Amino acid sequence: MFKILAKEKLSPEVFRMVLLAPNIARERKAGQFIILQQGGDYSERIPLTIADADSDAGSITIIFQAVGETTHQLATLEPGESIANVLGPLGQPTHIEKYGKVVCVGGGVGVAPMHPIAQAMKKAGNEVKIIMGARNKSLIVMEKEMAAIADELIICTDDGSYGRKSLVTEPLKELCETWKPDLVVAIGPPIMMKFCTATTRPFNVPTMVSLNTIMIDGTGMCGGCRVSINGKVKFVCVDGPEFDAFAVDWDNLMMRLGTYKPQEQDAHHKCHVGLQIKEGEA
Amino acid sequence: MVHDNEQLEFQAQELLARYKGRPLTNKERLAIPVQDMPTQKADERVLNMSEVALGYTEAQVQVESFRCLQCANAPCVKGCPVRIDIPRFIAKAAEGDYAASVAVIKESSMLPSICGRVCPQESQCQEFCTVGRSLKTVDKAVSIGRIERYVADWESVHGQRSIPEIAAPTGYKVGVVGSGPASMTAAADLRRAGHEVVMFEALHKAGGVLVYGIPEFRLPKRIVQDELDTLLSMGVHIERNFLVGRTAKLSDLMEREGFDALFIGSGAGLPKFLDIEGENLIGVFSANEYLTRSNLMKAYDRNKAGTPLYGSHKVAVFGGGNVAMDAARTARRLGAEEVSIIYRRTEDEMPARKEEVGHAKEEGVRFLYLHAPTRILGDEKGRVAKVELISCVLGEPDASGRRSPVEIPGSEALHEFDTVIVAIGNASNPLIEKTTKGLDVNRRGNIIVDEETCATSMKGVYAGGDIVLGAATVILAMGQGRKAAKAMNEYLATLGEDG
Ligand SMILES: Cc1cc2nc3c(=O)[nH]c(=O)nc-3n(C[C@H](O)[C@H](O)[C@H](O)COP(=O)(O)OP(=O)(O)OC[C@H]3O[C@@H](n4cnc5c(N)ncnc54)[C@H](O)[C@@H]3O)c2cc1C
Ligand SMILES: Cc1cc2nc3c(=O)[nH]c(=O)nc-3n(C[C@H](O)[C@H](O)[C@H](O)COP(=O)(O)OP(=O)(O)OC[C@H]3O[C@@H](n4cnc5c(N)ncnc54)[C@H](O)[C@@H]3O)c2cc1C
Ligand code: SF4
Ligand code: SF4
Ligand code: FES
Repeated sequence: MFKILAKEKLSPEVFRMVLLAPNIARERKAGQFIILQQGGDYSERIPLTIADADSDAGSITIIFQAVGETTHQLATLEPGESIANVLGPLGQPTHIEKYGKVVCVGGGVGVAPMHPIAQAMKKAGNEVKIIMGARNKSLIVMEKEMAAIADELIICTDDGSYGRKSLVTEPLKELCETWKPDLVVAIGPPIMMKFCTATTRPFNVPTMVSLNTIMIDGTGMCGGCRVSINGKVKFVCVDGPEFDAFAVDWDNLMMRLGTYKPQEQDAHHKCHVGLQIKEGEA
Repeated sequence: MVHDNEQLEFQAQELLARYKGRPLTNKERLAIPVQDMPTQKADERVLNMSEVALGYTEAQVQVESFRCLQCANAPCVKGCPVRIDIPRFIAKAAEGDYAASVAVIKESSMLPSICGRVCPQESQCQEFCTVGRSLKTVDKAVSIGRIERYVADWESVHGQRSIPEIAAPTGYKVGVVGSGPASMTAAADLRRAGHEVVMFEALHKAGGVLVYGIPEFRLPKRIVQDELDTLLSMGVHIERNFLVGRTAKLSDLMEREGFDALFIGSGAGLPKFLDIEGENLIGVFSANEYLTRSNLMKAYDRNKAGTPLYGSHKVAVFGGGNVAMDAARTARRLGAEEVSIIYRRTEDEMPARKEEVGHAKEEGVRFLYLHAPTRILGDEKGRVAKVELISCVLGEPDASGRRSPVEIPGSEALHEFDTVIVAIGNASNPLIEKTTKGLDVNRRGNIIVDEETCATSMKGVYAGGDIVLGAATVILAMGQGRKAAKAMNEYLATLGEDG
């Protein structure tokens, strides 16, 4: 059992949770993730990035967006309650070194997995500029934490309700032109990462992305998380989650993420009824 | 092989009345017909996940036991990887002393209720049976596995499940990686010797392939749970959600956590793909993924499960082993109207157990022999729409001794399917090897061990089961777990001498 030590609502649909998980807290490095299952025979296993950890307190922090049945259920749990199963840390840690100038791009809840990476990049002696994007102001999370790390923090919203009214790719392009970064790290919805890749490619800036595929076991056993990297099959849970953005077959990745779309929409509908959240509110 | 369960029982009662309570000649024994296994009716069972084979009745088990000639040289025993004293346990079953019978089996095997169900008996113990040899077909051998299953099940209903005696604490701490049959056996034998035993399992449920791979309709999960409960009551500590190599490295367990010895039974859990065009389309699954969703996540229970299932109508399963049969039969139960096994050779070369092939056929699974997939085609949304298959003929025997398929150029044809399940085998999961310095593996990634002791290249570290043998069988995994535990107990005893 993994006890929930704290919970905080960061935005109407984004939550931060601190879990007691001493083994994971001790081992985890930036870029790694967990798979959790709430218990019983029937719950789904879902992957979430370790956004932060405190090895002395034996705790890890997850930040998740309530998008479907399982994440909505997770959001109903309160401190003092427990999650039956948490496996981790999974995946390869981010390769951290002194590159020089690093741009970190976080989209939506992708800011959460970006946080430990930006932190580690800074600590390794890099100059770090951070671009954060979201649909609107209420979905901007972890601004304070990111501001504390960044040499420059650029915030964009799609609707202009906060920061600059633009997609993250606009400031990214400008930085590529003027600041000439040595590395770009982009984490967010696949479509955002795909367009970040298209943005940096002409400038030949090495670009790293963290892929969020469908997963079951997280140990390399099922192959459900497979992606095509330079035409070769790789398993995101063991070979990733980070890959060279220019090698990723984005169209295939985005297509595969839609595998269960019809089934999920059905479940999502059910869960909204169950939790008495009106459609569109969450 | 369609039969009526009542008729089977009636026939058994008749035979029992004729033969019970008097000495039988070998000629009489050879004349007794094989007792068929009562099963759920095919049209009913494709609508549920419950066990297909229902188990012998008492009359049947006695009659089947009468068929054994009690051969002095017992050739059957050499076909059993753990050398169960087969004539002795069958003799006890014939007497109706099931407690004694199961006790004989348990001298050699930890998991008779499991092996009685899933052992490939026809190519192990039963292959060598004198009765089968005399009657010129292995199909007429004594049904050793079915008798084994009966007495094991009898024990779980009538017997006091005895908890094995545990020796006085030795003060040594032993880790067991994985919780499949190899690890379950090793854990039991190590604990019996008085060591503290901690089992590490990556998934949220213990049991290995027995739980996530082999479906409920062939091996009820309750049976595996019973075995795990026995381990718990012996004082084995099962730590789930612990991936050795990530949650802690092997060397951390030895150096930091104070484990004196380790057994690695991490299985062969790496799905192989064909590397053909279209394998990353939506609707292409490894058998592991397909079966795990259904078994481990119980996705077949649509009203309760949180894990989604892909809606399939026409399913192609690539492969011809037990894994392919399990995937195909699961697909039928999950609602696919048309399921086809695509196999490169013919039925004779198919590695799956005969009984499972028969069951699959009864359940309406189609078999397309001498065909190999060459590419998978998708629709505009990237979902599987068609599979291109090429026809084959059998050529010269290959290294495995089976005749290898030769593709006929130009014979490619498109077939309509909406789902593909790739069941062409599993390789070993490289995680432990990659995160452990000094652990020797072979070209295929299997851990290299000493044949007699299962010792690896690292002092105090032993390994067994599929991670050593490649994808093998439950009973072989169990046998290696036992062998390793014996060697580990001896190794730990020498540590004491050093002080
Ligand atoms: C390595 C990794 C790290 C991740 N880290 C985080 C994290 O830190 N915080 C977080 O909020 N999420 C993270 N995700 C995504 C998270 O796992 C999914 O949001 C979650 O599984 C959705 O489950 P659900 O049952 O609530 O929704 P579902 O009902 O399964 O899906 C609801 C909707 O979300 C979409 N969706 C489903 N899975 C994903 C996915 N993997 N990525 C993007 N969209 C998806 C579906 O297409 C659907 O539209 C991560 C995923 C991976 C693979
Ligand atoms: C679908 C299917 C059907 C089969 N049918 C039959 C059959 O009918 N008859 C038969 O005899 N055999 C059958 N087999 C083969 C048989 O199941 C295996 O040979 C046997 O289970 C191997 O046992 P094992 O103990 O070596 O490993 P497994 O049963 O594979 O168990 C290994 C366990 O270790 C865990 N693990 C792996 N790595 C780590 C790690 N780093 N840290 C912690 N835990 C880890 C895994 O999660 C898994 O639970 C079948 C296999 C499959 C897949
Ligand atoms: S364990 Fe398997 S091989 Fe051995 S006797 Fe039983 S069924 Fe036969
Ligand atoms: S070989 Fe067959 S008949 Fe002979 S002892 Fe074994 S099971 Fe009985
Ligand atoms: S999640 Fe199963 S192999 Fe990656």
